[in-house]
Amino acid sequence: MLRFIIRRLLWLVPTVVFVTFLVYVAIRIGWNPVATYKRANPRASEAKVQQYIEVNGLYEGFWGYIRGYFSWLWSFVQGPDQWPRSIKGRAEVWPPLRYSMFNTLRLAGISTIIGISIGLLTGIIASLRPGGIVDGVINTSAFVVGSIQPFVSAVVLQLIFAVQLGWLPPAGVYPPGQDGFDLWLMTQHLILPVTVVAIQIIAGYARYMRASILDVRSSDYLRTARAKGISEFRVLTRHSVRNALVPVVTLLGLDLGTILGGLIITEAIFEYPGMGVFFLRAAGNGDFPQLMPYMVIIIVSVLMFNLIADLTYAVLDPRIRLD
Amino acid sequence: MTDSVLKLRDVKVSFNTENGVVQAVRGVDLDVAAGEMVGVVGESGSGKSVTFLGVMGLLPGSATVTGSATVGGVEMVGGGKKVLRGIRGKKMAMIFQDPLSALNPVHKIGDQIIEIIRAHNDVSNSEASTRAVELLDIVGIPQPKERSRQYPHEFSGGMRQRVMIAMAIANDPDVLIADEPTTALDVTVQAQILEVIQRIQRDMRTAVVMITHDLGVIARVADRVQVMYAGRVVERASVMNLFDEPSHPYTVGLLSSLPRHGQTRLEPIIGSPPNMLQPPSGCAFRARCTFATDACAVDVLPELVPHGESMSACIRVNEIDLAVKV
Repeated sequence: MLRFIIRRLLWLVPTVVFVTFLVYVAIRIGWNPVATYKRANPRASEAKVQQYIEVNGLYEGFWGYIRGYFSWLWSFVQGPDQWPRSIKGRAEVWPPLRYSMFNTLRLAGISTIIGISIGLLTGIIASLRPGGIVDGVINTSAFVVGSIQPFVSAVVLQLIFAVQLGWLPPAGVYPPGQDGFDLWLMTQHLILPVTVVAIQIIAGYARYMRASILDVRSSDYLRTARAKGISEFRVLTRHSVRNALVPVVTLLGLDLGTILGGLIITEAIFEYPGMGVFFLRAAGNGDFPQLMPYMVIIIVSVLMFNLIADLTYAVLDPRIRLD
Repeated sequence: MTDSVLKLRDVKVSFNTENGVVQAVRGVDLDVAAGEMVGVVGESGSGKSVTFLGVMGLLPGSATVTGSATVGGVEMVGGGKKVLRGIRGKKMAMIFQDPLSALNPVHKIGDQIIEIIRAHNDVSNSEASTRAVELLDIVGIPQPKERSRQYPHEFSGGMRQRVMIAMAIANDPDVLIADEPTTALDVTVQAQILEVIQRIQRDMRTAVVMITHDLGVIARVADRVQVMYAGRVVERASVMNLFDEPSHPYTVGLLSSLPRHGQTRLEPIIGSPPNMLQPPSGCAFRARCTFATDACAVDVLPELVPHGESMSACIRVNEIDLAVKV
């Protein structure tokens, strides 16, 4: 197990290098960072533009791309202090990126914990009597609710609870002017976005879990378990659910990897200053120095969660051999 | 036969399906005494497994079980969940056909045995664990302590079946139902597993029901036999009598389809078993029976009648010559 983890972590390095190179090429072709710099700083002197090209390694031609990528990589690995600065007012990239990351981690983490626990539980309840009334209600509502996209549900919830009823703040993390940490205010601001994200997770995982339990339902080992004379609850928890979790957890690992980069719609509607909003702003400005570190974080998060998914899979199913 | 620990009377099992009611078992009687092994023989779909799964309440909700089944005097049919839970794994345990799929792949062997011990005994985990290792030793698993920490996929087929047996005998049950325990195994391993079951039957005075379609297994280990066809018992005999003087045309058919020394061709039973959605009137075997007459179609299920030392459900048993053609 340890050898496997070390090997996978070592493989992480070339993978990240390769994927970031592809992203580097894509961003350069897609945005033309030199042009966006000039647009953001119309009065920049030719010397300034040249300095921007040097610092970010935005050289032209095939070898220029290669050389440019490695010069970017070199400044990146030297740490946030050495990262090229944003094209907007030469601001540092890392502090706002870190701030966005923790905001998204908070939103995604809470939504996932709530969504997964409710989702798995409803899936289990639905699977108890397949085809029954409870199953029908859960399955249908999961299907309907899961089909409502975040850009619809977010706006509807905002209209009802923030605009009409006025119970909850409509957007942001804190009210304007708030300084410092306040748990109560933060919780209030989180309720609506968390609901939007959690609903999607609940709808998806309730159906995965139900299907997964129904898959193991006719297994011989469940008959063996019942033949032991243990309670039906124990048959469910120790035998059905335990086995049904194996594929679901793998799926969860893959889903979580992408969530960090991408609650873009929800964050945008609730003006929640997370990674999604950070990306939208950086992409809108064509801010090459901001886009690259953002991409690195997303790539590493996807790879790490894939590794975690593999490890959990091996822990849950002893038949899986890692080495 | 007053000392029988397992007593089935007129057990019937039916399934509600989309196409109608399937009458899988249509009235089965059985007595098994302590330390005795009774074979239940029949082809697939004859209702032999379903009878026992039914009385233990291990069939899906679409199944209806009627009649009476007592183990040690306690009624199981309609006994309710609590009664059944008290009996399963304690008074009556079961071994299944495929030991790989019958063991939970994600739990250690030892833990799976501990679970059945602790379901019926108020003991600590470590006490149950010691007992589990003992049980693995009894069924002939080498290095039982180390093996108890392994998972089912790390065991061979024969070893897995030994684990199933260890699990089944964990609480010293009065009755052991072995549902085709050797079908999924290599021939060489089959003999070892049968030996283990026989040793338990002898040493622990367990009443064993050996469900199989393999007459070779019956000849080897059983004391008495019940032959089942289309959900009914068609012949009940001692093993000696079954092979020497079969008293039902179906038994004769089964015996003729066995390979024998010096025989060049096997004699199959022509035709296929009846559709249990609409079981035929009278004798269910008559469509495939060379001795059938109009009397066999009379709308009464044939009862077991004495024939020599055996019991036969053939109404013509005393008129016909049932010698096995060799």
